[in-house]
Amino acid sequence: MSKRIEINDLNVYYSNFLAVEGVSLTIEPRTVTAFIGPSGCGKSTLLRTINRMHEVIPGARVEGEVLIDGQDLYGPGIDPVVVRRQVGMVFQRPNPFPTMSIRDNVIAGVKLNNRKMSKSDADNLVEQSLQGANLWNEVKDRLDKPGSGLSGGQQQRLCIARAIAVSPDVLLMDEPCSALDPISTLAIEDLIGELKNEFTIVIVTHNMQQASRVSDRTAFFNISGTGEPGKLIEFDDTTTIFENPHVQSTEDYISGRFG
Amino acid sequence: MFSTSALVAGVAILVVLAAVAIFLVAESLPAFLANPADISSDGSGFWGLVGPLVFGTIWAAALALLISLPLSIGIALFISHIAPRKLAQGLGYIIDLLAAVPSVVFGLWGITVLAPAVQPFFVWLVDNLGWIPFFAGPVSGTGRTVLTVAIVLAVMILPIITAIAREVFLQTPRLHEEAALALGATRWEMIQMAVLPFGRPGLISATMLGLGRALGETMAVAMVLSPSVIISFALLQSQNPTTIAANIALNFPEASGIGVNVLIGTGLLLFIITLIVNSIARVAINRRKAFSGAN
Amino acid sequence: MTTMTMNRPVVASGYRPLTKRVQLTTLGLSVVVAFGIFFILDLGGATHNFNIIGAVVVAAVLDIILIYVLSRISEGRRKATDRLMTGLVTTAFLVTLLPLISLIFTTVVNGLPRFDIDFFGSSMRNVVGAGGGGLHALIGTLEITGAATLISVPVGLLSAIYLVEYGRGRLAQAITFFVDVMTGIPSIVAGLFAFALFAIFFGPGIRFGIGGAVALSVLMIPVVVRSTEEMLKLVPNELREAAFALGVPKWLTIVKVVLPTAIAGIVTGVMLSISRIIGETAPLLIIVGMSTSMNYDLFSDRMATLPVFVYTEYANQGMDTQAYLDRAWTSALVLILIVMALNLVARLISHFLSPKGLR
Repeated sequence: MSKRIEINDLNVYYSNFLAVEGVSLTIEPRTVTAFIGPSGCGKSTLLRTINRMHEVIPGARVEGEVLIDGQDLYGPGIDPVVVRRQVGMVFQRPNPFPTMSIRDNVIAGVKLNNRKMSKSDADNLVEQSLQGANLWNEVKDRLDKPGSGLSGGQQQRLCIARAIAVSPDVLLMDEPCSALDPISTLAIEDLIGELKNEFTIVIVTHNMQQASRVSDRTAFFNISGTGEPGKLIEFDDTTTIFENPHVQSTEDYISGRFG
Repeated sequence: MFSTSALVAGVAILVVLAAVAIFLVAESLPAFLANPADISSDGSGFWGLVGPLVFGTIWAAALALLISLPLSIGIALFISHIAPRKLAQGLGYIIDLLAAVPSVVFGLWGITVLAPAVQPFFVWLVDNLGWIPFFAGPVSGTGRTVLTVAIVLAVMILPIITAIAREVFLQTPRLHEEAALALGATRWEMIQMAVLPFGRPGLISATMLGLGRALGETMAVAMVLSPSVIISFALLQSQNPTTIAANIALNFPEASGIGVNVLIGTGLLLFIITLIVNSIARVAINRRKAFSGAN
Repeated sequence: MTTMTMNRPVVASGYRPLTKRVQLTTLGLSVVVAFGIFFILDLGGATHNFNIIGAVVVAAVLDIILIYVLSRISEGRRKATDRLMTGLVTTAFLVTLLPLISLIFTTVVNGLPRFDIDFFGSSMRNVVGAGGGGLHALIGTLEITGAATLISVPVGLLSAIYLVEYGRGRLAQAITFFVDVMTGIPSIVAGLFAFALFAIFFGPGIRFGIGGAVALSVLMIPVVVRSTEEMLKLVPNELREAAFALGVPKWLTIVKVVLPTAIAGIVTGVMLSISRIIGETAPLLIIVGMSTSMNYDLFSDRMATLPVFVYTEYANQGMDTQAYLDRAWTSALVLILIVMALNLVARLISHFLSPKGLR
């Protein structure tokens, strides 16, 4: 279920603006990798290239390679829709579909693709996914209520359940806790710890404590100024990055002397 | 598949608009090319007929705008800045109700209620202010004059102008308003300093849209006005310049041969006039969007 | 220093704000004086009937002037101007209510006498003078409006989807601009267009219902596009992204996520656009004409419609004038009721069916 991600010399453009330059890194299966760095350094942009979501923005394009288990996502004949089924994503703000019930939200990925599914299969998938997202016990009595009735933290876990219901290989999380209170954040962080047994997880976060708590490896990105492209500064084990970074600017950022 | 059908639908709109122009031109060409004597008895031809109609159209619409614009701005300000917050939305709905009334009902109301009601007032105007050319006699005995039409048109375009004006007034940045109030301005001074300058481009486009509607309004004019094909600035007489739209509505059912082409020709002219007016309105709106940073 | 600033009076001396009581007294005084003047004029025979509207207007003007003078004396120039403008603006609103109230009142009063079973049960076939009804016109209006809706909604909806979800660059800009321009097409020009279109194929005598539907579509499509566009833009981009991230293709995302989220607003917009065109008269007068008999067939022959029925009953009054006028007013009343009902239902839909998550 879990796969290795290799990024080779990747440049990301918005029209003519180079947003991310020359990133190369390898993410091992069943690990949590955190992307940290100041605002505008391209970490979210890079994350979105891993499931080709950046293409949703007009004018966005990439140069270089993103390989998942050796297969180039940007190779000829690769359908971005298929890529996104293998690489799930959780967004900054919880975004359950307002017209759907909790149950329908969970199986949205299957249903929206017009795939037929027996009721018992669907029930199993709903329970499994909600269990997987640590939400089952809280919502099992109200699966037919709208998803927007849940609290922010519950909504975010619903979105995680929705993402893992399509059984992806990789799970991308774009600041998944930035809109949540500390208790909900803790619940999500615990969940990430459990999910890494099954998925390769990449998480973008502004919260350095969070990065040090949940991730195995950390990548630090930085920009030299506005209008300049974001670059990968340092990529190493999380403990190394936080305790013994090799690059000065990483240390400045970690210790709060920057940004 | 799906995206293609969406594209086709979008292009269909362009095609329809082009078709409107093409078919109108095709059907009105005979009128432009015909022998002037075939079109009107005095031999002045198509353009001789069209001149007074264009004048009447613009004249009636301009009068309507003159009445409607100050009222609309007043109402919009009342709803956006003066009426109690709780009432404001309900009051907005009430004004919107006016927009829901079909124009033929306005026509019926104009001729049976408004015209008789204002006629005595017209008599008084002619008697006392007759020395002003606009109010020159002899006064119409029925009240079916261009001024009455202008009042009806004003009521009809009022909800359009009000709706847009209200919208732009409500979009005034709160900070600007509070800045003015914090300087010790009264409410009216705040409106002058913050609300009106901010809303000006929006008001221009609202005015143009209202004008466009007034130019093309048909039934109310056709029913209320006692028409002739003349150019006259007198507001209260029984001889009134008629409008293109009303002239078409009144004469089309009985028209035949070249007469039909002449009427379609005038319609093409009306189309062009409203096109210009509406384009100005759109440009004003787009300008405003570009500069205000809103949206 | 500090004490001095603190002791400075907050309000300039001589400033005495007008109390509510003063304002009410002024209003009462103005009303009494104004009605008094008109009463005396009436007695003296200067006016024919006691003119309530005139008296109200004079009272309002009087009140505004009085308040201005009082405020000028006791509150100063700036406050007085403020009161003057507030008074004027409020008057503008009240003045506008006059025609609305008058119009609805007359329509109801004049329309009620023939608002009977006969009106809704019979056509004008072989009716001269009293009797008859508007059933044929009602049916015609419903059919033509229905046909126009069937044409306009798919075109309008898909165009809006194109503009919001797919459209980029020149073409989208052009469509947006021309949709705006189309919004301003005078209704009679739409009628002429439909006539010119069909006259080329069927000759200049052509009159039929579907032509009217085409004319109304020209008026309706831009309204549908605009309102649908607005509603689609309100759907948060996050929902689209959420669906994309689940590996849902774009068209399915639109059909299954975007449209259901916006559906209440879209339906509201469609209903409002129907209410906009259902009262159109001029285009129908040109391309559909008028008939006294029932005609269910959109594709052949003249058809009666309510708005045109109002017009022709008024324009061609027979011997029994009142009977014709009554039918005109009743049709007008029916039209207004239909339009109001559409508006009301539209508002209810938008109020109750919008997904809660979007508020």
